[in-house]
Amino acid sequence: MAMLKHPEKIIFEYSRPKRGAYGQWPTEKQTANAVAADIPEALRRKQAPLLPEVSELEVVRHFTRLSQLNFSIDTHFYPLGSCTMKYNPKACNQYAMLPGFLGRHPLAPESTGQGFLACMYELQEMLKEVTGMQGVALSPMAGAHGEFAGVAMIRAYHRARGDLARNEIIVPIAAHGTNPATATMCGCVVKEIPVNDQGDIDVEALKAAVGPNTAGIMLTNPSTCGVFERRIKEVAKVVHDAGGLLYYDGANLNAILGKVRPGDMGFDVIHMNLHKTFSTPHGGGGPGAGAVGVSARLLPFMPIPVVGKDGDRYRWLSEKDLPQSIGRLSAFMGNAGVLLRAYIYMRMLGREGMHRVGEFATLNANYLMARLAQAGFDPAYPARRASHEFIITAKRQARDLGVTAMDFAKRLLDYGFHAPTTYFPLLVPECLLIEPTETESKEALDGFIDAMIAIQKEAESQAEFVRSAPHTMTVRRLDDVRAARQLDLTWKPVAA
Amino acid sequence: MPFNPHTPDDVEQMLAAIGAKKIEDLFDEIPKELRIESLAGIPEALNEMQIGRLMAARAAQDGTPLNFIGAGAYDHHIPSAIWAVTSRGEFYSAYTPYQAEASQGTLQLIYEYQTMISSLTGMQVSNASLYDGGSAVAEASLMAIRAHRKSRAQRILVPTTLHPNYRKVAVATASGQGVRFEEVPCPKGFLALSDLEKFAGEDITALVIQQPNFFGALEDVDAITDWAHANNILVIASVNPTSLAILKPPGEWGSRGADIACGDCQPLGVPLSSGGPYAGFLTTRMEFVRQMPGRIVGRTVDTNGKQGFALTLQAREQHIRRGKATSNICTNQGLLVTAATIYLSLLGPEGLARVANECHRATQELVAALTRVKGVKLAFDRPRFHEAVLQLDRPVAPVLAELARRGIVGGYDLSNDYPELGNAVLVCATETRTAADIKAYADALAETLKAAVRAA
Repeated sequence: MAMLKHPEKIIFEYSRPKRGAYGQWPTEKQTANAVAADIPEALRRKQAPLLPEVSELEVVRHFTRLSQLNFSIDTHFYPLGSCTMKYNPKACNQYAMLPGFLGRHPLAPESTGQGFLACMYELQEMLKEVTGMQGVALSPMAGAHGEFAGVAMIRAYHRARGDLARNEIIVPIAAHGTNPATATMCGCVVKEIPVNDQGDIDVEALKAAVGPNTAGIMLTNPSTCGVFERRIKEVAKVVHDAGGLLYYDGANLNAILGKVRPGDMGFDVIHMNLHKTFSTPHGGGGPGAGAVGVSARLLPFMPIPVVGKDGDRYRWLSEKDLPQSIGRLSAFMGNAGVLLRAYIYMRMLGREGMHRVGEFATLNANYLMARLAQAGFDPAYPARRASHEFIITAKRQARDLGVTAMDFAKRLLDYGFHAPTTYFPLLVPECLLIEPTETESKEALDGFIDAMIAIQKEAESQAEFVRSAPHTMTVRRLDDVRAARQLDLTWKPVAA
Repeated sequence: MPFNPHTPDDVEQMLAAIGAKKIEDLFDEIPKELRIESLAGIPEALNEMQIGRLMAARAAQDGTPLNFIGAGAYDHHIPSAIWAVTSRGEFYSAYTPYQAEASQGTLQLIYEYQTMISSLTGMQVSNASLYDGGSAVAEASLMAIRAHRKSRAQRILVPTTLHPNYRKVAVATASGQGVRFEEVPCPKGFLALSDLEKFAGEDITALVIQQPNFFGALEDVDAITDWAHANNILVIASVNPTSLAILKPPGEWGSRGADIACGDCQPLGVPLSSGGPYAGFLTTRMEFVRQMPGRIVGRTVDTNGKQGFALTLQAREQHIRRGKATSNICTNQGLLVTAATIYLSLLGPEGLARVANECHRATQELVAALTRVKGVKLAFDRPRFHEAVLQLDRPVAPVLAELARRGIVGGYDLSNDYPELGNAVLVCATETRTAADIKAYADALAETLKAAVRAA
């Protein structure tokens, strides 16, 4: 892996007047003044925007160098809990970028999109099958966007029944931050309930929390504690009996793929992070895709557009087909290119492959947890099976050695491993949430274990060295306080 | 299982370390009655050769028709360097840059993007992007409500010259929080001050102005912005980034400038791809930076005083503020921001202006060629950029269907969204449409309309 060891200049620092990637510029057929003659003077731009003037090679070299300042799945083991950083097969990118798919305008007639729409329809059907839901809509563009669609459907369902008081969304305290933020965005009130010392929901607290104002509950299962919610059927019954609906946050779907389905557990609505479970790229923070699945009672409320099939023709279902829809969440069809990648991945996995995802993700996580426990690290829930991820708490190291979870995380970078998720979930102190995924080999896991053991030894003998890690990146720990107080959000030319 | 590296030996050793007999034992905490044995509805696996053949057939089925639709997604030239670099695994398969030291490439790139998009829109600060141009209008509206402390009403004015799908996204996204979007009819095809007069003096949070508007017409942005500010209304600009190479940036509209600018990065090196992934942009003045949704990157220093980049102002975001966050958004469209930043670097100020001019010239040529066809006329005679509304002498849908059969995607049928315009179609040409392309369209349209007359 070629990590760049030197910082890279800002692109504007390469800029020289009258330099450019001329081969990319269109040939002018008329002078600019002649073209713009019919645009009123008052509506024209006076001063050129601040964009770099650089050659094509300078552009390619600059951005290639920037890429080399990143860790990525292609270059590093990336055991980031709750993020499912598995291998993104190259075939998914290659075949989603065929000219027939890339060149298709979103508003082009359905007659010129039957190949694309067939993929989308089959993707909907496959996602229904693996989740046990009755309908799937593909347009939400990220997990949080899918959550929004889900909670909006829950609200629409209650409203359609005239059940107007239901505006409370219950979330366990360990939930992703997006869950309460989503509930707020949908105009709901958030009610948090505790989790017991085994990582399960406190069912008694849940019983006390539900009532005539309960719109629903948002749950991840396996939970963010990395364990399966064993009393899920009881939880479902409590919420349903109170008149609420169950929302499944699909962040951890990878753990149970092919083993158990949210629809069978009693969930009414689910979002799937296709960029996690179905291996579409994370792209440095997006694009994702947050398809939603629903039970029969929520079918009328799905966000549009949805792909329908009449005979052998595929078509978009719109407001006319779904008059009670929560509406349109994207200008066109969500992240269509991401959906194509998920489709290709699912077809390559096939029926047997789906089962193997959950199995080997779970095997890798349990192996890693067992070996780390044997090496003296403290699992947060030692009596439980790991799901596809698990938590190690560095509480003891923080107390005895003054070396925190964050210090372990930063020192791991020096050993060539991306850090696990740190300080989430919030209820476990000094928390490292570790998710290896099924595509990592035993050797990769062993390398990570060796690094953790080595860092533990360093923490015991030279704690300050660990506390000041990383030592081998192009930058050391960054001053976040200064970043927020002395805001520098855009580059400015130095005055001549 | 195509992507698992485990050998039978590996599995055996790993189970031994765990103290389990078989993989199945690892699922013993899941209640038995919930377990499934098969996924009958999933087809058998395809290897790469097989999926390659299937996808090639599906893509070929859709063909590569000659496209004349814009309507928020534009068919521009995409330099080869963009996706050659963007598809590198170090960008493609990296996560959100939470571990700053291991993500300096992505972070610096976003900082450069923020610089370019701020300057292009004439604003001071940018976030790291949103989902798309539609969600950007929705988020800008919610942001305006947070920013405009004197307004209590949560009312946002949306002229009908704003993209109809953007209006729908805004309603679906923000109405749950009590935001009211009020449509302002624009019968003349542009937003006239007379359309706004009835709102003067009312408590309104913001007005959205699209420039060029959905019909391609240029709005009188200075007068409208000043009117809004005089009435204590914030201005949200929804703009096409290509157009900003030659059109006045939102930051200079009227005497104070727009308050928030947003739009879609799709024209900047992002393929049409049936509607996504694209990236929404959002910029504003420094005074509103803490009201912005989404990620923001800042330049700072490390413990040695060396320059570095980090996510900043995270106290606004869901992973810290949970239910009190400015938005639930937790991604940006990182890969598309990568593409857009490379695009803007390759084009530079002059190249981008040339693209804008060539698009405009091609559209003028298209309008001239099509309006020479019998049965076609221009709907609004108004300064425009890059896009125009034509009216046909008969219903649009069958004409577009016939054109599609001839390999031409002839425009966006406006009769669903704007029935009052009659048989109207929105057409667009970019720098990629040649004189021969335009002639092919005009000829096909003439033949199609002639055949329709004969059939009638």
